[in-house]
Amino acid sequence: MNAFYKLAVLAAEEEVVHHEIHVGDGGWWADTAGIMLVLPFVAFLLILAFGKRMKNKGGEIAVAALAINLGWASVLFFLNMTEGVLDQTVFEIGRIGSGLVFELGWVVDGLSIMMFFLVNFVGLLVFIYALGYMKDDVRVDWFFAAFSLFAGAMLVLVGAPNLVQLIVGWEGVGLASYFLIGFYWEDLANVKAGNTAFLTNKVADVGLILGAILVAVAIGSFDFAELAVAATEHAEALGAVALAGGLLLFFGAMGKSAQFPLHIWLPDAMAGPTPVSALMHAATMVTAGIYLMARVFPLFQNLAEDARPWMIAIGTVTLFAVGLLALVADDIKKVLAYSTVSQLGYMMTAVAAGGYTAGVFHLFTHAFFKALLFLGAGSVIHAVHSNNMSDMGGLRKYMPTTFWTFAVGSLALAGIIPMAGFWSKDEILATLGYEGYTAVMWIAIAGAFVTAFYMTRAVALTFFGTYKGHGQPHESPRIMTWPLIGLAIPSIFVGVLNIPGVSWPGIGNFTEWLGVRVVPMGDHHAEAINWGLAVAGLGAAVLGIALGWMIFAKDKDTQKERDSLEIPVLYPLFRQKYYVDHLALGIVGAIKGPIANFIDWTNTYIIDGFVNAVGGGTKAAGEFVYDTVDQKGVDGVFNGLSATADGAGRIARKWQTGRVQQYAAAFVAGVLVLVVVFVFVI
Amino acid sequence: MTFGDWISEPANWAFAVIALVVLFSGFRVVTAKNVVHAALYLVGALAGTAGLFLLLSAEFVAWTLVLVYIGAVVVLFLFGIMITRAPTGFDEGLDADHKAWPATLAAGVFVMMSWASIDAFGTELVVSIGVAVPTELIGESLLGRFVMPFEIVSFVLLAALIGGITLARRDLTPLEEEERASV
Amino acid sequence: MLLTQFLVVGAALFAMGVYGLLVRRNIVLILLSVELMLNAVNINLVAFESVLVSSEAIGHIFAIFVITVAAAEVGIGLAIVLMIFRNRKSANVDDLNLMRW
Repeated sequence: MNAFYKLAVLAAEEEVVHHEIHVGDGGWWADTAGIMLVLPFVAFLLILAFGKRMKNKGGEIAVAALAINLGWASVLFFLNMTEGVLDQTVFEIGRIGSGLVFELGWVVDGLSIMMFFLVNFVGLLVFIYALGYMKDDVRVDWFFAAFSLFAGAMLVLVGAPNLVQLIVGWEGVGLASYFLIGFYWEDLANVKAGNTAFLTNKVADVGLILGAILVAVAIGSFDFAELAVAATEHAEALGAVALAGGLLLFFGAMGKSAQFPLHIWLPDAMAGPTPVSALMHAATMVTAGIYLMARVFPLFQNLAEDARPWMIAIGTVTLFAVGLLALVADDIKKVLAYSTVSQLGYMMTAVAAGGYTAGVFHLFTHAFFKALLFLGAGSVIHAVHSNNMSDMGGLRKYMPTTFWTFAVGSLALAGIIPMAGFWSKDEILATLGYEGYTAVMWIAIAGAFVTAFYMTRAVALTFFGTYKGHGQPHESPRIMTWPLIGLAIPSIFVGVLNIPGVSWPGIGNFTEWLGVRVVPMGDHHAEAINWGLAVAGLGAAVLGIALGWMIFAKDKDTQKERDSLEIPVLYPLFRQKYYVDHLALGIVGAIKGPIANFIDWTNTYIIDGFVNAVGGGTKAAGEFVYDTVDQKGVDGVFNGLSATADGAGRIARKWQTGRVQQYAAAFVAGVLVLVVVFVFVI
Repeated sequence: MTFGDWISEPANWAFAVIALVVLFSGFRVVTAKNVVHAALYLVGALAGTAGLFLLLSAEFVAWTLVLVYIGAVVVLFLFGIMITRAPTGFDEGLDADHKAWPATLAAGVFVMMSWASIDAFGTELVVSIGVAVPTELIGESLLGRFVMPFEIVSFVLLAALIGGITLARRDLTPLEEEERASV
Repeated sequence: MLLTQFLVVGAALFAMGVYGLLVRRNIVLILLSVELMLNAVNINLVAFESVLVSSEAIGHIFAIFVITVAAAEVGIGLAIVLMIFRNRKSANVDDLNLMRW
C-alpha cells in the first residue's frame, strides 16, 4: 500500500491528463466503496431465505441492493469527474514466505469507477425489467438469487486491486453464468449449453491462472499498481517470463470475452433467460476479458509487446468472421449474440493496438445499446412466445415503444452519428490508423458495413412486413418498457462524453476520467475528429443500412422469400459456424479413443504380457532342455539349419505383396530418410 | 519483419484467405468419400493455387493453370471416373483400412519440407505484387533459352497422344483381324 | 509477403498428396493425389521465381513445363486405367496384386 500512495502522489504531480485535474482520494466514499461488493452477496442470502414468501419472489431485494450500489457508484463517478479519485483499500489474507502477498479489497480509480457505474446502472435497469419478464415463471427466487450472486461477483472482479481477487471474481461470474444459462434445466439442450460455457471458460482459465502466476513471479507481486509501475520503470529486466504470462492472460481473456476460436459458448448461452443474456452476455461478464487486458495494459505496452500482433490478429478475425455469422441466424437472440462477439473483437483489437481509451470507451457505450437490444428482443419474445424472426414481422404497429428503442439501439450499434456507437467506433478506427495497422482498420470498416447490414435485417424482419406468427402480440408492461427507455437515452447521448478534442467545462471528458490511474497510459488521444475516417465509417454503416433496407424491408409480402436468399458456398458455411464446433468435438472425440486404446494395449500387452512371459518363459525353458538338448542332439542341428533357411525365405517373400501402394509407401519413407540425412546431417 | 508488420499488409490477409481455401480443398480431395466430390475439390484447390499465382504476379502461369488443369485435366478425370464405372454415390470402401502409417509418413514429409524451407529462407520477402511478369518475356524465354525443352515437351505430348490412343484402342478379335488382312 | 508462407502451403499440399497416394483405393483417386503433388511443386517454383526475379522467368517456365507434362501424364495414366478396368473389371488397386508371392 505504501507504493500505491507514493504513486498516487506521483501521478498527481505529473500532468496525467490534459487539463489540471487535481487527483483526490475520494474520501469517505472511496474508503467504504467495499460495501458495493458485499451488498449483492447479502441480497443473495436474503433472497434464498425469504424470497419465496415475497410478492416478487425476492426481486425487490435484488433491486434494492443494486439501487443502493448505484447511489454509491454515482457519487464516486461524480467525484471522479470533478476532482479525480485514486485510492485502494486492501486486507492481507495470506503470504508466501517474504515474497508474494495475497490481499483482498477494492481499488477505486478511473477504470474501476467507470465499471462500477456501468455494472450497477445497467444491472439495475435489467433487474427492474426482469421483475416484469420473469413474472409467473418457474423458480423466480433462485433466478434473482443467482443474478445477485453474479452482480456481486462482477463487482468483486472490477474492484479487484490484484490478480488474485480478479480470478476470484472471474470464477464467481463463471459459476453464476453456469447457473443462469442452464436455468431452464428441464430442457437438456440448456444444460448442455451451460456445460459448454463452463468448460470453454475453464480451458481458458488454465491460461489465466498460469499467466497470473508467471506475471506475479516476474514482478514480485499480484498487485495491479505495482505491475503498472514495474512494467513502466523496469521494463527490460522482466523479459520472457512476463511475455509468456501476458500471452497466457490473453488466452484467459479469449475464453471469457469469446474471441475466436473460443467464441462457441456465447451463442449457445442464449438458452438462458433474456435478462441474463442482456446483462451477462452483452454488457458485463463478457467484457471482463477486455477489462483484464485494460488493467494489465502497461504489461503489453512495454514488456509483452510481441504478443500484441497475435492479439490483434485474433481480434480482427473475431470481429469480421463471427460478425458474418449473424447474417444467417433466424433466432433474434443469436443475431445479437454474434453481434456481441463481433463487438468484443473490436474492443480487443483496439486495446491490443494500443488504444486503451478507445477500447474501454467502446466497452462503455456497447454495454448500453447491447443491453437495450437484448431487452428489446426479450420484449418481442415475450409478446410472440418465440425466438425466431420467421415468426415475427410487422410488430412495429403492436409494440411502438419496443420498436423505437430497438431502432435507437440498432442505429447506435451500427455507428450512426450522433449516437454513442459512432463516437466509440470512430475512436477505434483512429487508433488503428494512428498505430499503423491500416489493413486491420479497413477490415474494421468493412465490419461496420456488415454490422449495419445484419442489424437492418433483424429490424426489418422483426418490425416491418406482415406478422407471420399466430396469436396477438401486444406491448409489454411499463415495468419492462421503462428500462428500455432508460437505456435508450444513454445510447443516444453518451457519445458526447468523448468527442475528440472536446472537454466539457467543469467535468472534463471520458478520456480524462479514465486517465485517473496510477501510471499514465501513454496511448494516443486524437486532438480533433479525423473527418476522413469518420466519413468512411459512417459511409460503410449507411451503405449497410441502405442495402439491408432494400433487400429486406421493401416489399413486405415477399420478405420471407427474400430472407431465404442464399449465397451458395458462404451461407451453408456460416450456418455451420465455420465447422468450429465440429472441430472442437472432433478433437475431443479423436483424442479420447486412441488414449483409451493405448492404455488398454499397455495393460494387455506390456503389463499382462510381462507376467505371461515370465510364466511362459519358465515353461519354455523346461521344454527346451527336454526336447532339444535331450532328444534332438546332432541331427537337430542340421535340421535346424535347413529350417532356418526355409523360414527366412518364407518371411522375406512376404515383402512382395504385389500391392503398389505399399511399395510406394516404402519408397516415400526411404526418400524421407535420405533427404533428412542429406539436408540436416551432412 | 514482425508479425505486427505482417498483419498490416492487406496482401497477407488475402493470402490467408486463399491459403485456407486451398488447404481445405486439398484436405477434402484426399478424404472425400465420394469420388466425384474429390475431383471437384481438386478444382477448388487448383483455383486457389491460381489465386496464389496471381498474388505472386505470375499471371500467365495462373491462367495457363486454369485453362489446362481445370479446363482439361479435371474434365479428363471426370471422364475416367465415368468410364471406370466408379460408384458415383458415397462409397465406404474408398480408403484403405490402416491409415496410421501413411498419415505418419505424410506428416513426416510435411515437417521435413517446412523445416528445411524455414531454416533456409527464414524471413526472405517476396517481391511485392504489382510488378507483373510480362507474357512476352515468357514467350522469348520459351523460344530462346528453353527452345530445346520446349520441342521435347511437344514430343512428349505427341507420344502421350499416340500412346493414349494405342493403349485405349479396343483389341481386334481374330475375325476382324482376318478381315483387315484380306482387304 | 514472406517466401516461407508460400513454401509451407506447398509443403502442406504435397503432404496431403502423399497421404492420398498411399491411402486411396480407387486408381483414379490416386492419380488425383498425384496431380495435387504436382500442383504443390508448381507453387514452390513460382514462389521461388518471385524471389529470384530472373531475366528469363525461369521459375514460370519450369512451372509451365510441369503443367504440360502433368497433362500428358494424366492422359496416359487414364488410358492405362481404362485398360486395367477392361481386363480386371475393377478400378480397385488392391485387386492388382498379381505380382505377389
